[in-house]
Amino acid sequence: MEMFTSIGLNHFLTISAILFSFGMFAVMTRKNAIVILMGVELILNAANINFLTFSKYNGGMTGVMFSLFVIVLAAAEAAVALAIVINIFKTFKTVDVSRVDTMKE
Amino acid sequence: MFAMPSGAEIQSIISTLRFGAGYFIPELYLSALFMVLIILDLVLGGRKNQILASATIIGLLGSLFFIFQQHSLPDAEIFFGMYALDRFGIFFKYFFVLCGILAVVISMEDEKLNSQDSGVGEYYALVVAMVIGMMMMASSTDLLMMFLAMELVGLSAYVLTGYLKSDARSSEAALKYLVYGAVSSGMLLYGFSLIYGLTAQTNISRISMELTQHGYDPLVMILATLLVMAGLGYKMGAVPFHFWSPDVYEGAPTPVTAYLSTGSKAAGFALLMRIFFVAVPHASEGVEDMLGIDWLTIMMIIAAASMIYGNVVAIWQKNVKRLLAYSSIAHAGYLLLGIITMDKIGTQAVLVYLAGYLLMNIGAFYVVVVISNKTGSENLDDYRGLGRKMPLAGAALTVFLISLVGLPPTFGFIGKLMIFSALIGKGDLFMWLALIGILTSVISLYYYMFIPLNMFLRESEQNSRGEVKTGMVSNVITAVLMILTLYFGLFFQPIAQFAGYSASILGAVLN
Repeated sequence: MEMFTSIGLNHFLTISAILFSFGMFAVMTRKNAIVILMGVELILNAANINFLTFSKYNGGMTGVMFSLFVIVLAAAEAAVALAIVINIFKTFKTVDVSRVDTMKE
Repeated sequence: MFAMPSGAEIQSIISTLRFGAGYFIPELYLSALFMVLIILDLVLGGRKNQILASATIIGLLGSLFFIFQQHSLPDAEIFFGMYALDRFGIFFKYFFVLCGILAVVISMEDEKLNSQDSGVGEYYALVVAMVIGMMMMASSTDLLMMFLAMELVGLSAYVLTGYLKSDARSSEAALKYLVYGAVSSGMLLYGFSLIYGLTAQTNISRISMELTQHGYDPLVMILATLLVMAGLGYKMGAVPFHFWSPDVYEGAPTPVTAYLSTGSKAAGFALLMRIFFVAVPHASEGVEDMLGIDWLTIMMIIAAASMIYGNVVAIWQKNVKRLLAYSSIAHAGYLLLGIITMDKIGTQAVLVYLAGYLLMNIGAFYVVVVISNKTGSENLDDYRGLGRKMPLAGAALTVFLISLVGLPPTFGFIGKLMIFSALIGKGDLFMWLALIGILTSVISLYYYMFIPLNMFLRESEQNSRGEVKTGMVSNVITAVLMILTLYFGLFFQPIAQFAGYSASILGAVLN
């Protein structure tokens, strides 16, 4: 029962691995550019959970600091990404990535 | 939990920062240049493209002086182990500044970029931001700094790629670059988090110490390795992380393509060398990994796959920029060959190869820009008969392509020769890799020479005779780049010596 009642390192790492997989799944299977970007956010946040967990169990603040920087960067990346997606919508009238594919071998 | 630091502690922190700032002058200078360029863009009115470009070139040239002054400083780790100053870093600082200057020179020539209604705006500021980011990639010694520097390069590059807002191909390239870039940096970050979990350290030399002293779980380490390699492989454009590169290279404005394919790629290699040489324990040092897989094996596979895939697929390309994209994938493979030797000669060879690659690759893209300004096309079939209309551009492109193949007497030959000779004598496996390298170079001869064949030996369909006038400035720049490629092919000693002198990474033992 111990395993289910007290939350330890493994629980955090499992959650983060699941989040990472969801993120990868979203990026690989979805066609909508916005949903793909949401998948990327999931991947980054999975890494964040890892950093915070390891920081908690290793001691020290390095991981916390790392994740703070990642949060800021994720915001910056989202800003650039949405600007590009808006530009795509203006030129292609769609955000479906399978239809934004004019260059061929 | 965390007590307020005492006055003495704050004093010591301030003095560390002040000491570090003395080692950080080129980056600080370039950050100032970045802001000056943004302000110039806001203040100036009218036709300001040329003024901004000249200001960027002058500013970047000025930074060479500050980099030169760093030669007198001793090797050191600054900012609490975040950043390093060593000869390896200084080499790459020169490299990236020159790369930035050449990118600006191509941008001035490109008509598509300069004929935009909205003007170039902060384009040149972003080029400078990328120079700063790439410098920091080459000198970071901490996982956090590495990640931040990579993102600085990445975010600037996404915007630059999509800079032709009205061009559908440019927007599409930006989207593809962004999606692949964001995913691979996420994977890199996840890999970093696992490494942090294994060692509780983020400084690469302390990570190495921790791994050798306390050992590690091989399964987790391989997972972390693969994730980190995915992130770096994307920056280097190596197989199997290359999917973005043909489309992005074709769609992006040509100056940006040239910049990405040399600068950003070289930065990826610099970062890889630093992590690989300093932080990672290798199987050869007696640490057995699960299934015998380690960084070295993974990199060997990636190198061989890149050389074969890049060179073979390039054969069918009809667009020159796309062809050069596949060629750049192949060159990533050759450069990886130099890294896996893990010794001083190999590192020196990589640095020489990169210097040569800077000249010949940017030269080739420069000629592509000059030609597409006149013909409006980057299609191979439209190159027919151009050799007679534009003799200088034709001759120069032929020289750059011969150099990319790696034939004497060009700079590219010296680079390839040094890499292959570093491989010889390392064992059977390395000999096979060198053999793959040589054989794929022979394949590359076919598709590279297809361009001069079209230019000189085939007649164009319109059959219009007479020379096409190109500008004086572009003629001079083409000629200078061509002569330098040939000159360093014959008198490579100074560069080889400087590369040998620079093959010293803080915290890494190269023999």
